[in-house]
This record gives sequence, structure tokens and C-alpha cells, in this order.
Amino acid sequence: MTTVSWSGEPGTSRGPGPFLSVRDLSVEFSTEDGIVHAVDGLSFDLEKGTTLGIVGESGSGKSVTNLAILGLHDPAHTKIGGEIWLEGEELISAGAGTMEKLRGNRVAMIFQDPLTALSPFHTIGRQIGEVYRKHKGANKKDARERAIEMLRRVGIPQPERRVDSYPHEFSGGMRQRAMIAMALVCDPDLLIADEPTTALDVTVQAQILDLLKELQQQFGTSIILITHDLGVVANTADNVLVMYAGRAAERGTVREVLREPQHPYTWGLLSSMPRLNSSVDVPLMPVRGTPPSLLNPPSGCPFHPRCDYPRLAGPELCFAQRPSLSPETGHGDACYLTLGQKRELRTARAAGTASADDTTQSGDTVQCGDTVQSGDTPQDKDTAQTGDDA
Amino acid sequence: MTSFLVRRVAGALVILLIISAITFYLFYAIPRDPARAFCGKICQPETLALIRHNLGMDEPLFVQYWHWLVGIFVGREFVQFGECPAPCLGYSFATQEPVFGAIVDRFPVTLSLTVGASVVILAFGILTGMIAAWKVGQPLDKVASASSVIGASLQIYFVGPLLAFYLVDTMQLIPRPSYVPITESPLEWFTHLLLPWVVLSIIFTANYTRMTRSQMVEQLAEDYVRTARAKGMSNRAVFFRFAWRGAMIPIVTIFGVDLATLLGGAIITEQTFSLHGIGELAVRAVQNTDLPMLLGVTIVGAAAIVLLNIVVDVLYAFIDPRVRLG
Ligand SMILES: Nc1ncnc2c1ncn2[C@@H]1O[C@H](COP(=O)(O)OP(=O)(O)OP(=O)(O)O)[C@@H](O)[C@H]1O
Ligand code: SF4
Ligand SMILES: [Mg+2]
Repeated sequence: MTTVSWSGEPGTSRGPGPFLSVRDLSVEFSTEDGIVHAVDGLSFDLEKGTTLGIVGESGSGKSVTNLAILGLHDPAHTKIGGEIWLEGEELISAGAGTMEKLRGNRVAMIFQDPLTALSPFHTIGRQIGEVYRKHKGANKKDARERAIEMLRRVGIPQPERRVDSYPHEFSGGMRQRAMIAMALVCDPDLLIADEPTTALDVTVQAQILDLLKELQQQFGTSIILITHDLGVVANTADNVLVMYAGRAAERGTVREVLREPQHPYTWGLLSSMPRLNSSVDVPLMPVRGTPPSLLNPPSGCPFHPRCDYPRLAGPELCFAQRPSLSPETGHGDACYLTLGQKRELRTARAAGTASADDTTQSGDTVQCGDTVQSGDTPQDKDTAQTGDDA
Repeated sequence: MTSFLVRRVAGALVILLIISAITFYLFYAIPRDPARAFCGKICQPETLALIRHNLGMDEPLFVQYWHWLVGIFVGREFVQFGECPAPCLGYSFATQEPVFGAIVDRFPVTLSLTVGASVVILAFGILTGMIAAWKVGQPLDKVASASSVIGASLQIYFVGPLLAFYLVDTMQLIPRPSYVPITESPLEWFTHLLLPWVVLSIIFTANYTRMTRSQMVEQLAEDYVRTARAKGMSNRAVFFRFAWRGAMIPIVTIFGVDLATLLGGAIITEQTFSLHGIGELAVRAVQNTDLPMLLGVTIVGAAAIVLLNIVVDVLYAFIDPRVRLG
């Protein structure tokens, strides 16, 4: 916290600050059953023109996080804490008018299911055009021209004709293209894509992702790409944020996180994805158990009920004290295991040894004191980082 | 669209044919003999037979039905009443007047009543429902919801006289309900029907308030509404440009179903305010076992409902582009 930069956002020592900076975000929903802690103490940054992939299983808070960026939560039932800085402007405390002008204009979002996400009652052209009219003050005719241009840009054939179609007259892939056209019509600086390809078949998925990449290269848009699919992340993203129970489990560049995953949850995610493994013989070891209740999140490390290694890392820590993401920048993760342990376990898993046996074995060799220390001071993580680049 | 209409009208004719056949059979199968009523207290069997013949009732039932049906399109001849030009629905046993003429005379009253009430129901019900949805959870919403519950539990024959007593007799705010043809004086037509409209629409309006509110709330939670918000549409635009259309679809559907009930309510309302409409005709026909009249009223009522349902379907296609009338 040495310098306070031009925008007055929380101090960083890295120049004018990132394009988007989410600081200690928390989102709580009050429901009939109690308070849902959907996001809790989440921080991440996004640089201009880059793509951040957010992965994590269903219910980990990916969508909730991004809806918070756009201010789309119902204020009557939602409590949002922390800060979201977009180019020097704080969004959580911003007024309704500011957010309205921001949405669809500087920050756009595309959703998973383009059939339900597009209005069935209006033509594609009108739905695209009205964003342009709203934010750029264009008249009907110009908005229509722009809609046609956008449809052409996203690769819809005969855009002059298709502009007057309704969403139900489009195929799934075309609908998602139209959705992207709508999101990009005002040349946004930030595009949030919430599982944009989940509802599509594999070939169309690849086309849509290529389209996003292409448009990013052309227009320098920053992208947050939410997905279940680490394969998509590997192909598309620059950085990755692994979310678990509304918190960050691990973050880093795609290379770092996919090649040298540090968090046991990331290991689980990776081993549930056969095509990413180096060898076909490696057995699938998906994360056991079920996602935690967000009404009553586990104490300590939220992953501990499903983790094989608390005994290794030190139960008194894993069960009682919440690990924070460390180191603060670069490749970081929220786990009390030492780097050495992680490396060892990772190699063992990759070799296909059953994780439970492994735990007992290495549990004998590692002393408790070690673990506690490494949890408190992330001293040897920097070494790991430099090692990664090699 | 054209082929849709052709198909629907053809379907409607088939439905009307079936309804008329069933009604005909049911009415003529009931034990009370209208010829006997004509015949009077001291009735000779020969006279009875003659009257039967004159009324065309001495033939087999399906022949009678066939005559009735043909009469609608080409007219027919009654020994008793003489020439009956097309469209002929026969003569009333009770009043001896032509059924079709009687219905045509009364039709504007019932039409004014139902159309006016429909406008009140839809305009007022949807408006209050929208307001309630707009102000969800706020006092205005609660007032609208509460009054809709009260409204739904009211009855025409209770509210009618009550309102008439206060608004007409005591406060003299509006004239006593009656029918003044709109061609004579639109203003008089309006003021004299105001109370019947309100009374007839009161129970329905409440329903539409509730439905509109819940449908709006449901639509506002839809994905496409979230998308509209995500692209910077204001609350008002989201409300009135997006969500309302989705909300109107079930409302229009239910309105199509409610039309029949509304017609039933119109009959009660006519009775309550002594309006000389089709309802009054129907009630009297039942009291007198006036079969031709009853048959005529039934078939005209059914035709009106079937026709309005076609209109509702066309409306439906206008609201929802996914519905194709092809
Ligand atoms: N409006 C809400 N009210 C109450 N709980 C909510 C609400 N929105 C989301 N949640 C809860 O918050 C948690 C996180 O949801 P979120 O939609 O962010 O998950 P996700 O990571 O996007 O999952 P998925 O991959 O299935 O889309 C879930 O447990 C969900 O049930
Ligand atoms: S902190 Fe403990 S419980 Fe959490 S992931 Fe690491 S070892 Fe497992
Ligand atoms: Mg989601």
C-alpha cells in the first residue's frame, strides 16, 4: 500500500492499476432458508485486452460475481460488500443511472442459453439496435444499419434478411452469435461471457470461441469467460481464476494453473477432465463429495470436507482458519500445503497412485510444524513461480 | 393467416352444428310438451295433434332438426305462424314472435354489456396488476392485492343492488341502469350502462389484477429480462417493452376461456338491473319451456363465444411471434 494512484483505488504498486479490479467482494442473498453466502472475500484483477477464465463447479459463485460487476442483483434481497473498480470508477457504490449507462455500453454480458436470454417477442435487429440507440443515441435507421453490420461481423449469413428474424427462427449457434453481436454493438471495453458455449454442440462451441478471440484481437476487448470446461480455458484464456464456494481457490496464468496446479481442488478439476491429462492411462479422479452449503459454509478452508490432505497440511489450520490467496500477485492459491508437498502430491497423482494411500504415506513423512509454518508464510512460492516460467 | 381463418371458421361451424344437435335433442327430449301448453286447459286429442302438426312437431326428431337447420339458411314455412324468412330460428312458443328478430332486438344490449365490461376488466385489471407488480412489496401492491381478493369474493346479485342503492338512489350520481342505443345518444348509452359494467366486471377485474401481477413478477425473473437489464435498459423499458408481452400471453388465453363465464355473468347482470338483453330472453325461455327461443339463444351465444375465441387466437399471434397462424 505504498502509492495511491490517479483513481484513488486501493493502492497497488503496479502502475496505474488494472483495468478491472475486484477487491474483497462479498455477495449475500437473504432467502427464506437463511443467508446464502454466494461470494465471500473474492479478489481478482483483469488487464486490458486479456481474457480471464473463471472456472469452478456449479454453485461456486461465478455467475453471481459477474452479475455483481454489472449491478444486476436485486437490491432488496442482496447484500454486496467490497469494491469493484473499473478504470478508476467504483461500481458497487455507483448510482442506478451510472450503472444503466455502463451496461451494454462499456461492459456487456452474454449468457449461457441464448434462446431464453433473447427476447422471444422482438426481432434480432431490434434487440441489437435498441442497445445502440440507448447508448449512442442513434436513430432507428442507423441502429438497424448497425445491427446488420454487427450480424455480418459475427458471421451471420445474409444479415440484411436475418436482421428481421425472431430468435426462434435462428439455430442455437446463430442465436449465440446474435447475442455476441448484441453485446459488442457499442464496442464495450469489457465483455463478460457466462458459459457462452455450454448450450451449443462441440463444433459450434469452437466457432464461437474463435469468434470471441478474433473480435478481441480486433477491438482489444477484455473478456471474462466463465466456464466449467478447463479445455475452453486452455484454448482461450490468458489467466485463470479457480473458484470454490464463492472464494478464490487458485489464480494464475493459464500455463501456471494448468501445468503446475497448486490447489487440491484444482487437481480434482483437472483430473476430471480426461483430455487435458498428459497420458491417457491416468485415471479420472474427480472431486469426491458434493459442493458445500452456502447457507452454512464450512469453517476454515471451505474445501476441507472434500479434501484428502488436511492431515497433511495440519487439521487445526484447515478446519479452523481460512487460508488466503498467496502470494498476493502472480500464481497464488489458498491452501496450507507446502510447495514441496504440493509438488510431491501432484507427481504422485499424475503417476496414478490412489490419493488416499498417498496421503497416509506422505502424512508420515511430513511434520506438523512444517505445515503450520508454510501456511503462515508463503515463503517458497516465489521460487515455484520462477520455476514455472522455465 | 387466411388459411388459419378459413380453418378456424370451418371448425367453428362444425362445433356449432354439434352444439345445436345436442341442444336440440336435449330440449326436445324433455317431458314437458309445448303443444299441450298451446292447447289450453280443456284439450282434445285432435286439437293437440293439430297443434303438433302446425308446430312441425309431429315428425321424427331428426327431421325436425333438419327443418330447423335448413330454416337458418333458406327460411321455412310454419302452418301455425306462416312464412319465416332466412335466417329462421323458428317462432317463440311463448310470445309467438320470430326468434331471430327477438334476438336481434336484444343483441345490442348484451353486446354493449359484455364488450363494455371486457374493456373495464382488461383495462382496469391489467393496469392495477401492472402497478402492483411495479411496486412489488410496497403499500400500493398490498392495497391492490387485498382489494383483488375482496373483489373476487363479491357476487353480482349482491353488489348490484347495493351499488344501485347508494349510487343511484341515495347519492344520485348516475342514472338508473337501462339501455339507450348508442346510435341515439352515446353519452346516455355510456352513463346508463356504467353501473352494470362495473358490477359485471368487478369479480373478473380482481382476477386479472392478480394474474397480471403474478405473471409480471414471473416474467421479470426471466432470462430475457435479465438480458434487457444487462444491456442497459431502464426499469421502465424492461417493464413496458419486454416483460408485459410475456405476461399478456396467459392473460389473453384465460380471457378467451372467461368469455363464456362473462356471458353467464351478463345474464345475471341483466336480471339484476332488468335490462332487456339476451339474458332476459334466455331466462324467460327457460321459465316458459320456450324451446325455439332457448335453442336460438343457445346457438347465438355459442356462436359469439366461438367467434370471440378466434379473435383471441389472432390477438395471441400478434403478441407472440412464435405463434404462427399458418
Ligand atoms: N438470487 C439468488 N438468491 C439466492 N441464492 C442465489 C441467488 N443467485 C444465486 N444463488 C446461489 O448462489 C450460489 C452461486 O450461484 P452461481 O449462479 O454464481 O453459481 P455458478 O458458479 O454460476 O454455477 P453454474 O456453473 O451452475 O452457473 C448458488 O448456490 C446459488 O444457488
Ligand atoms: S487448506 Fe487444507 S483443506 Fe484446504 S485444500 Fe489445502 S489441504 Fe485441503
Ligand atoms: Mg452460472
